Amino acid sequence: MNLYSSLIVDLSKNPVNKRSIPDANITGSGANVTCGDRVRMYAKTDAQGKILDCSFEGEGCAITMASASLLTEEAKGKLLAEISEWNSLNVFQWLGTELGPGRVKCGLIPLETLQEALKRHSPSAPRPQKRQALSSRARVSRAHAEKQL
Amino acid sequence: MATLIQNRSASSGLVGSRASATKGRGVSVRPVQRTASDRTRGGNVVSPRRKDFPIFQERPELVYLDSAATSLKPKCVIDAVADYYGKYSANVHRGIYRLSEEATAAYEGARKTIQQFIGAKSEKEIIFTRGATEAINLVAQGWGSQYLKSGDEIILTVLEHHSNIVPWQMVAKKKNCVIKYLDVDDRGVLKTDQLSKLLTRRTKIIALTHVSNGIGVINPLKPIIQKAHAIGAKVLVDAAQSTPHSPLDVQYLDCDFLAFSGHKMCGPTGIGVLYAKEKILQEMEPFLGGGDMILEVTKTNSTWNEIPWKFEAGTPPIAEAIGLGAALVYLREIGMSTIRTHEKKLLAHALELLQKIPGVTLYGPCDPEIQAGVLSFGIDGVHPHDIASIFDEDNIAIRAGHHCNMLLMERFGIPATARASFYLYNTETDVEKLAQAVLKVKKIFS
Ligand SMILES: Cc1ncc(COP(=O)(O)O)c(C=O)c1O
Repeated sequence: MNLYSSLIVDLSKNPVNKRSIPDANITGSGANVTCGDRVRMYAKTDAQGKILDCSFEGEGCAITMASASLLTEEAKGKLLAEISEWNSLNVFQWLGTELGPGRVKCGLIPLETLQEALKRHSPSAPRPQKRQALSSRARVSRAHAEKQL
Repeated sequence: MATLIQNRSASSGLVGSRASATKGRGVSVRPVQRTASDRTRGGNVVSPRRKDFPIFQERPELVYLDSAATSLKPKCVIDAVADYYGKYSANVHRGIYRLSEEATAAYEGARKTIQQFIGAKSEKEIIFTRGATEAINLVAQGWGSQYLKSGDEIILTVLEHHSNIVPWQMVAKKKNCVIKYLDVDDRGVLKTDQLSKLLTRRTKIIALTHVSNGIGVINPLKPIIQKAHAIGAKVLVDAAQSTPHSPLDVQYLDCDFLAFSGHKMCGPTGIGVLYAKEKILQEMEPFLGGGDMILEVTKTNSTWNEIPWKFEAGTPPIAEAIGLGAALVYLREIGMSTIRTHEKKLLAHALELLQKIPGVTLYGPCDPEIQAGVLSFGIDGVHPHDIASIFDEDNIAIRAGHHCNMLLMERFGIPATARASFYLYNTETDVEKLAQAVLKVKKIFS
């Protein structure tokens, strides 16, 4: 398996939406201490909860940087409620690859950080489907393990 | 840019002679009995030893460069564990039947092997624990709770593994003690000249690692221990990264406590050792209570068993202890000096190859005389985790992260490193594959 597609490498070197949004109404930070990945997510929404702009700042591995770039692109124009529904499968789709148990955390930090921030922003919004994300993660890693046999 | 090598001294640093040890560098040892194999093998590579490790038959393509995390296991150790379960599986110190006597003899025999391996005076000074972590906790909680008082000081170093920091922070909080840290220079070498400033009459213990798991630097224990003893402080040595790789002699070092793990030295997981001077153990209260550690139990009181059993409550990890004994017999047979020499060569080769590659940063002293077979590095513009993932595609196992060394990472101002570490089964070819993989990473991210 070749994890380092040109998409991931390119985005890690030239990330998109890597900037702050000074008038963002949704912000949140997340870190993966073991790896030293750190992201700060920004989103600006209109009154209907539609994302007008989304961005990130931070540092980390290529997977994290690429995932944050792709997430912020995908999020633009979406409703907050839609984003709360996203899970690891969405991230794998954007990245064009599944992530094994060793790297899945890196790929998910941007999304999880953004979802946490949304939850704080509108506690009544549907909660991010943590459990579902976890179980799909487990499914993927099982599929992964089977493939390697 | 690759960090420059600095030739610190002409001393061979070769372990096994008092002359080199008293220079304060190299791994400190008292003259030890060299085995015949030590002499005849001299500096030969130990790579033929690969055949002793069944995992290489299973995965011939494996380049295992993560022995600082845990080592691979030779067949003799796997067999020793299986033999216990298959042939004489019984509890120890209890049964009045032969099977149990056999198990007890094997368990206590492993203790004897360990005593000899580290040069302890008596096997009473060898306590089986779950690993280095539990051994350090035993001292911090057991000895620390008993002897530390409010305002007392504990000295650690920024090189410490979290397992030699957190237990001290826990006891310091409970007992209202102060923790001070000895710093390192930019190459990761302890600033021992600052020790005198840290030591006070309130210093009760120095707990420090022998070899850094993050950057491999070998600390000059002997002078530190002498300074500590001069003001009446105790010294705990975290030998998790040194016992597996070089000769070691606790009586020569004169440390009060020494901790290590079996799984990093060809032994099973779940077994480790605390060595402590007999007098200290006699006076220390037990850490855990339960079966086996008592002489007599009444409704109101209990009396303690003799050492070392006073510190081994409950059914111990019997198979694991026997496996560790087998591992030490195996390592002794090869000779610890031979292993150190082998790893020194591999490190020198790795340094030479990686230093030539532009954009590679090497952390640590970059000097095999004062560095064990552990090499931390970074590649400009590439996160260590990406390095490890790309290595993994070529079946090269390295570690990436902070290596439970967050204080050291903070000191160097980096979040993580990639780390390759060597053991007796590694070869020059492994080192060359390491260098090729670094070039591949650079190419992918170019
Ligand atoms: C220097 C050092 N000390 C302590 C430990 C802890 O060992 P264990 O996890 O086996 O208890 C390690 C293991 O990584 C280590 O490298």
